[in-house]
Amino acid sequence: MSVRRLAPDPVQPKSFAFTKENAAWAKTVISKFPPGRQASAVIALLWRAQEQHDYWLPKAAIETVGEMLEMPTIRVLEIATFYSMFNLAPVGQHFVQVCGTTPCRLRGAEKIIGICRKEIGEERHVSDDGAFAWLEVECLGACCNAPMVQINNDFYEDLDEENFTRLLSDLRAGKPVRKGSQTGRSASEPARDRKTLQDGALYDGSAIGGWTKAFADRVKRAEAARKAAAEAAAPPPTAAPSPAAEAKPARASKTPGNGSAK
Amino acid sequence: MTKLIIDGVEVDVPPTYTVLQACEAAGAEVPRFCFHERLSVAGNCRMCLVEVKGGPPKPQASCAIGVRDLRPGPNGEPPVVSTTSPMVKKAREGVMEFLLINHPLDCPICDQGGECDLQDQAMAYGVDNSRYSENKRAVEDKYIGPLVKTTMTRCIHCTRCVRFTQEVAGVGDLGAIGRGEDMEITTYLEAAMSSELQGNVVDLCPVGALTSKPYQNRSRPWELTKTESIDVMDAVGSSIRVDSRGKEVLRILPRVNEAINEEWISDKTRHIADGLKTQRLDRPYIRENGKLRPASWPEAFAAIKIRIDVASPKRIGAIGGALAGVEELYALKALLNALGSQNTDMQGRGGLDPSKGRASYIFNTTIEGIEAADAIMIVGSNPRREAPILNARIRKRSLRGGLLAGVLGTKADLTYGYNHLGTDPETLVKLADHAPANKEKPMLIVGEGLFNRPDGAALMAAAARAALSLGIVKEGWNGFSVLHTAASMVGALDIGFVPGEGGLDAAAMLQGGVDVLFNLGADEIDVPAGAFVIYQGTHGDRGAERADVILPGAAYTEKSATYVNTEGRPQLTNRAVFPPGEAKEDWAILRALSDVLGRALPFDNLAQLRRALYAAYPHLAAIDAVEPADPAAIATLATGKDTIGKAPITETIADFYLTNPIARASAVMAECSSLARGTFAMAAE
Repeated sequence: MSVRRLAPDPVQPKSFAFTKENAAWAKTVISKFPPGRQASAVIALLWRAQEQHDYWLPKAAIETVGEMLEMPTIRVLEIATFYSMFNLAPVGQHFVQVCGTTPCRLRGAEKIIGICRKEIGEERHVSDDGAFAWLEVECLGACCNAPMVQINNDFYEDLDEENFTRLLSDLRAGKPVRKGSQTGRSASEPARDRKTLQDGALYDGSAIGGWTKAFADRVKRAEAARKAAAEAAAPPPTAAPSPAAEAKPARASKTPGNGSAK
Repeated sequence: MTKLIIDGVEVDVPPTYTVLQACEAAGAEVPRFCFHERLSVAGNCRMCLVEVKGGPPKPQASCAIGVRDLRPGPNGEPPVVSTTSPMVKKAREGVMEFLLINHPLDCPICDQGGECDLQDQAMAYGVDNSRYSENKRAVEDKYIGPLVKTTMTRCIHCTRCVRFTQEVAGVGDLGAIGRGEDMEITTYLEAAMSSELQGNVVDLCPVGALTSKPYQNRSRPWELTKTESIDVMDAVGSSIRVDSRGKEVLRILPRVNEAINEEWISDKTRHIADGLKTQRLDRPYIRENGKLRPASWPEAFAAIKIRIDVASPKRIGAIGGALAGVEELYALKALLNALGSQNTDMQGRGGLDPSKGRASYIFNTTIEGIEAADAIMIVGSNPRREAPILNARIRKRSLRGGLLAGVLGTKADLTYGYNHLGTDPETLVKLADHAPANKEKPMLIVGEGLFNRPDGAALMAAAARAALSLGIVKEGWNGFSVLHTAASMVGALDIGFVPGEGGLDAAAMLQGGVDVLFNLGADEIDVPAGAFVIYQGTHGDRGAERADVILPGAAYTEKSATYVNTEGRPQLTNRAVFPPGEAKEDWAILRALSDVLGRALPFDNLAQLRRALYAAYPHLAAIDAVEPADPAAIATLATGKDTIGKAPITETIADFYLTNPIARASAVMAECSSLARGTFAMAAE
């Protein structure tokens, strides 16, 4: 964290207005709150304003949102400066947020940061070509695929020096890039030596409804066993109490909390 | 009621109390920075930690935990709170250590030194060395207006100032940007604060982050002589403390007075101190050959005697100004009557007539009564400018909810919501046929914009009729409230400083009705050429400019005088410093003049004057008490019939900061005024 200020005047646009769609969207967001409580929509509106305005919030947007919600501008500024996710200065075409929290750091986030420094420049500065700016942030919640970065709205995971450098140069050149894992694994499955979930039947559709089928089989088997036992034990008329006796523990085991508490 | 044992003392407190309030009720002192009785609870300084049995097993912020949140013991024993246990002491020392980590050690150059909460509490909970070897945080200072100086490195983030501007002042000026260590208090883009109550954030700030800019590096609190007094900048009569050193008033601070100003004062009340020593009239003057020349007292009196002796008694008159005390008005009236004249009137009296009864011109509900009201209609007034403290009371009532507010007159930002009923006087007339308001305690606040105009008397009668038809005056509740702007007005009306039998009123006097005009500090009038004007006042302002003889008087900080506030509450000012130069107390000047004129007034000292005054007007003897007025006066007032003009109902104060000669002499007020008008030149930077 550091002191957050609005961008200097020369880069501030003169005015800001929501696009037609966004203005309509803002109206529905505001209408979610009771009259007089419209200020509750401030974060949603600021976020939309940031998305509309190249991923950063100009002064004019803060003032516009304040007017729309009839709240003092300082209250909007408080929120915009409180949350580090609101960018107060231009962040380039691709805004790289590098996760620097423990798991990513253990898996080489420092190298990623080093590349950012080399390829883009100092933290919080837009590169000369206007393509990039980068920022070290706290955990973004993709620890299984550490190290990772968020560029604009997408995650790029399983980074190393080589594929991250390539990613940056592809982005700079405007080439299509692969989102998610850069090593080709699917989501957060084990990177190698996969031991579980390997049964082909899990993926061909045959397993659909498998659990109910297995359960029905078990019930059938239990029924058969009970019948056999009853037949072996005594003549038919005395068999009545035994189903009730069996039902009780079954119900109790479904709701263990209630039973054990009393 | 909830029982608690606090430090071994059993107390019984209302269930709505917080533990901190309960501790105070038990006589235990709890240190605090962020907590303030009149603001919402923030609970962020953590200094008020106490140990609680029957609550979570950790130190609790007593300001933020209610007594009903505490559980009784296993056998129903009351919860136990300790404010002195080792755990509490250690916890508070920890909090203090953290607060001091980033607080600079600049007490020797800090204006708050000697009256600083942090300094005081560090004596109790601080340690004499620091374990912190990193660099301290440094914060840029902010510009937040001409009255408040900031040294933001000293800020401990209690947010009292933010809560004050938001809740009491009702303007969203201050805020806290950033977060954590980087949190900073500022206004939006460092604009000046826009409230008339902004000076109070200096009192609220527990450290030296916000200090008074005009008082910057002037004095230390222990060097000052403190005099309890009353403010006269508006008719509210806020309780103040005048801090002086030698011959100079250095600053003015509020005193707690629940009935009037709680603990706030307006910026005009607070920052007028520099106006008390500039532009002062410190010796008598006589106009010779069109120019004023300094004179001695006997010379000045002789010059007056020559003119009075030749003037017909019917053509001698007196007009009282906004800052005149009851004593001098009484003396002046006695002198005029002794000379055979009934021409006495107040500047700005308009349509008010004390013969209708006292209830017709005072704020009958009292200021505290505003909090009981459930509907308020304001006619011809902008309370935010005319009485900011009273406006804060209305806002306080409004915030509690369930208040129906309406304004007939200029539409202004009053810091609370209201229905605007236009500016047409006809609307008021129509209200006379209105069905009674469906409210328990409705109020009608009548301002100077209604009574101080040519058809003021008719409008007052219309207002009284509206009050009666709306059910504003009922058994046990008189909601008819007149809001004055002049501190002297109610006192003057009480003692009948109005045209007597066959006497001329101010307008007639100013249209050539008199040959000799005695002007007692009335600076908002234009005296036409021809009349011989004796001006008795404090400042070289408009009145002195038109004077033929100037008699230098004493300002409200330099004399003991009675002022009756808009509620009808007589209060006394006290002398903090002596009048400058040859200036004298006003009643004494009139007594001396009466001797020269051969009509010696029957009192030789202030005690004798007051004895005579109290004998004639017994209610003035009950200092600080409001004597309820007979509501029958409203019915009497309602019988008045006159034509009502077409002019829209407006407010009378054009510039809040420059309403009287003291304010006009103050450089600080001038700066505030130009800022408020939006012409503030940034060139000085």
